[in-house]
Amino acid sequence: MDFQLSDDQRALRAGVRELLAGRFGRDRMRAALDAGTGVDRALWRELGEAGFFALRLPEAEGGVGLGLPEAVLLFEEAGRSLLPGPLIATHLAAGPVKGAAQGEAVVAVLDAGQPVAHLGEADALLVLGPGDGRGVPEESATVREAATVREAADPVRSIDPFTPLWRVAEPAEAGEPLPRDGRLRTEGALLAAAEQLGSAARTTEMAVQHAGAREQFGAPIGSFQAVKHLCAGMLVRAELARCAVYAAAVTADPVEIAGAKLLADDAAVRNARDCLQVHGGMGFTWESDVHLHLKRAWLRSGQWLTAAAAEEVLAGNLC
Amino acid sequence: MDLAYTEEEQEFRARLRAWLATVLPALPAKPAPDDWPGRRAYDTAWQRALYDAGYAGLHWPVDAGGRGATPTQHLIFLEETERAGAPYVGANFVGLLHAGPTIAAEGTAEQRARWLPPVLRGDEIWCQGFSEPEAGSDLAALRTRAVRDGDHYVVSGSKIWTSHAEVADWCELLVRTDPAAPRHRGISWLAMEMDAPGVTVRPLRTLAGSTEFAEMFLDEVRVPVSHRVGAENDGWRVTMVTLSFERGTAFVGEVVACRRTLAALAAEARRNGRWDDPVLRRGLGRLNAEFRALWRLTQWNVSEAQRAGSGGVPGTGGSVFKLRYSHARQELYEAAAEVLGADSADLDREWALDRLSSLSYTIAAGTSQIQRNIVAERILGLPKGR
Ligand SMILES: Cc1cc2nc3c(=O)[nH]c(=O)nc-3n(C[C@H](O)[C@H](O)[C@H](O)COP(=O)(O)OP(=O)(O)OC[C@H]3O[C@@H](n4cnc5c(N)ncnc54)[C@H](O)[C@@H]3O)c2cc1C
Repeated sequence: MDFQLSDDQRALRAGVRELLAGRFGRDRMRAALDAGTGVDRALWRELGEAGFFALRLPEAEGGVGLGLPEAVLLFEEAGRSLLPGPLIATHLAAGPVKGAAQGEAVVAVLDAGQPVAHLGEADALLVLGPGDGRGVPEESATVREAATVREAADPVRSIDPFTPLWRVAEPAEAGEPLPRDGRLRTEGALLAAAEQLGSAARTTEMAVQHAGAREQFGAPIGSFQAVKHLCAGMLVRAELARCAVYAAAVTADPVEIAGAKLLADDAAVRNARDCLQVHGGMGFTWESDVHLHLKRAWLRSGQWLTAAAAEEVLAGNLC
Repeated sequence: MDLAYTEEEQEFRARLRAWLATVLPALPAKPAPDDWPGRRAYDTAWQRALYDAGYAGLHWPVDAGGRGATPTQHLIFLEETERAGAPYVGANFVGLLHAGPTIAAEGTAEQRARWLPPVLRGDEIWCQGFSEPEAGSDLAALRTRAVRDGDHYVVSGSKIWTSHAEVADWCELLVRTDPAAPRHRGISWLAMEMDAPGVTVRPLRTLAGSTEFAEMFLDEVRVPVSHRVGAENDGWRVTMVTLSFERGTAFVGEVVACRRTLAALAAEARRNGRWDDPVLRRGLGRLNAEFRALWRLTQWNVSEAQRAGSGGVPGTGGSVFKLRYSHARQELYEAAAEVLGADSADLDREWALDRLSSLSYTIAAGTSQIQRNIVAERILGLPKGR
């Protein structure tokens, strides 16, 4: 047993962090926010070139041939940097959907009853079958062209400025059946958990940084125990979620993935809220990045596997 | 990220499992909670059995009489013994997890030879005399005085919350040897015989009704200077070197036990119909995520220790674990009370007493507030202050 990152995994993570810092650092992130552009096609292709989408495709099919543990490290970095776009759906569609692996196509996801994120910019849609989060094959998972679905969809004024949402009337008739093993929902849930983890770790750093710099009553606010204990609680949540997410990536066990999603959702949302509190009035501004983490964390909590569904999976596992 | 055990580790597990299967059925019945001589005999007999089979002091260094096992082997040992329902470390706790490792790390060759083998064989029991009425979280405020008189210290003062004091042979005692020095620099670590003249032990009753700990009054107790471990006035450092061991691995087996309890709770809820309440059912599901993750966190910490080549789990990772685990354990037994419904008021029902004892977890071995201070200051690097 050696439940730590390998040297290769560390290098991979450092590489992605560097790529994202260079290509989607804070200035560009804020510029993208102001411009209101959801998916930057040029960046999308760069992510494709870097292997973001083809990571788990076999090398024989033009992929990188790595596994879920590596994918989780990538998506953790995406979550840290607030990288927008339907990253998970496009990653899952690499292979079956032409152009997805290279970042030429933008693939969004349609999950019955949920608004569709980035429908406006998408080329194709993964349509999830009902599934039960336990890895039972989603027989009806299909791929559809985005344009036809968009015709019958209404844009929603999204709570997250980085994630345009569309309300879709009813999942229309079946599209092309998807030649995958029916693990889309669980894998999507794991990758969303990884993004939540990245966000939770980032808001912890932001809170600690601010608590060390901001002074009141003649002392850094981080010397006050009420603030210090908020920060400690954030770290504990993030680190427990980290172990849950990484282990779930190694075992790919649907019950463990449900646990990882539950804990990572909790860590992302609650850490963003505590981070906001530590920032005081600044935390309530548009200018601060805290709200961007919180809003995205809220959205992700409702995607792929909700808390209620995850808890049922985990309860069912006890009997 | 590798969760698979090596062939060697699997063999170690298989051998241990086979051994447990032969010895556990022959164990005597567990003594009653208030039968202290019975508890001592039970706990030490188990330690003796471990010793005879070569499992005593598994994680101790070889030159201290241990087996020099890797942190992963120690983890497997704790997991398997708990899973098989083997006795808990019990009265051997301080000897094996704190006083022993302290002597191994800081003692002279003579001191190691005198004190370590009896701990490993289960011949001698230790207790921990650190806390005082005026020195709890602020341990460095301790006042128990030790005055040099020839080749002895004369010790006077009082200790409190001393677990297993009634049955202990030895006490690892923190005393003040230089009242004029800065607080942390005037403390020494002594091994005190519990039957020395001047030692009075008064059991304290816990909220669970039993007497798990005691007050200790020390009235001019003579302790040989040769029983001091480490230099005079260096006792604070001597103690801190090994304190993280206590936080790191003390609760590993308990996480395994909690997962078993959780499964039993689910079965009971199914039986009595409370499973149909989605709030209760989903709460149990959330606890499943919690304890699974705590187990993964343990594997993470152990792997980190293994890579660092250190004997114990790092203190900081231990604090993250202890904070979350102590809280989760309390939540588990709150859930048990919900599953039991009105029967939770019956102390003879399973889980009722565990619910009470779980309340000490956020206090003993450093309160949750103190652990948060440690996490914030030592891991996150936030400034010290009020
Ligand atoms: C079951 C059990 C077994 C024990 N066994 C032993 C033993 O064998 N040997 C031994 O020496 N001791 C033992 N203890 C003692 C234990 O270590 C102390 O109880 C613990 O360190 C807290 O000290 P205290 O009880 O004096 O509480 P206090 O220190 O008075 O704390 C009271 C409250 O104030 C809070 N507080 C105190 N200081 C701070 C601070 N700086 N910042 C924020 N909050 C603060 C605490 O978190 C707590 O909530 C045992 C305790 C229990 C419950």
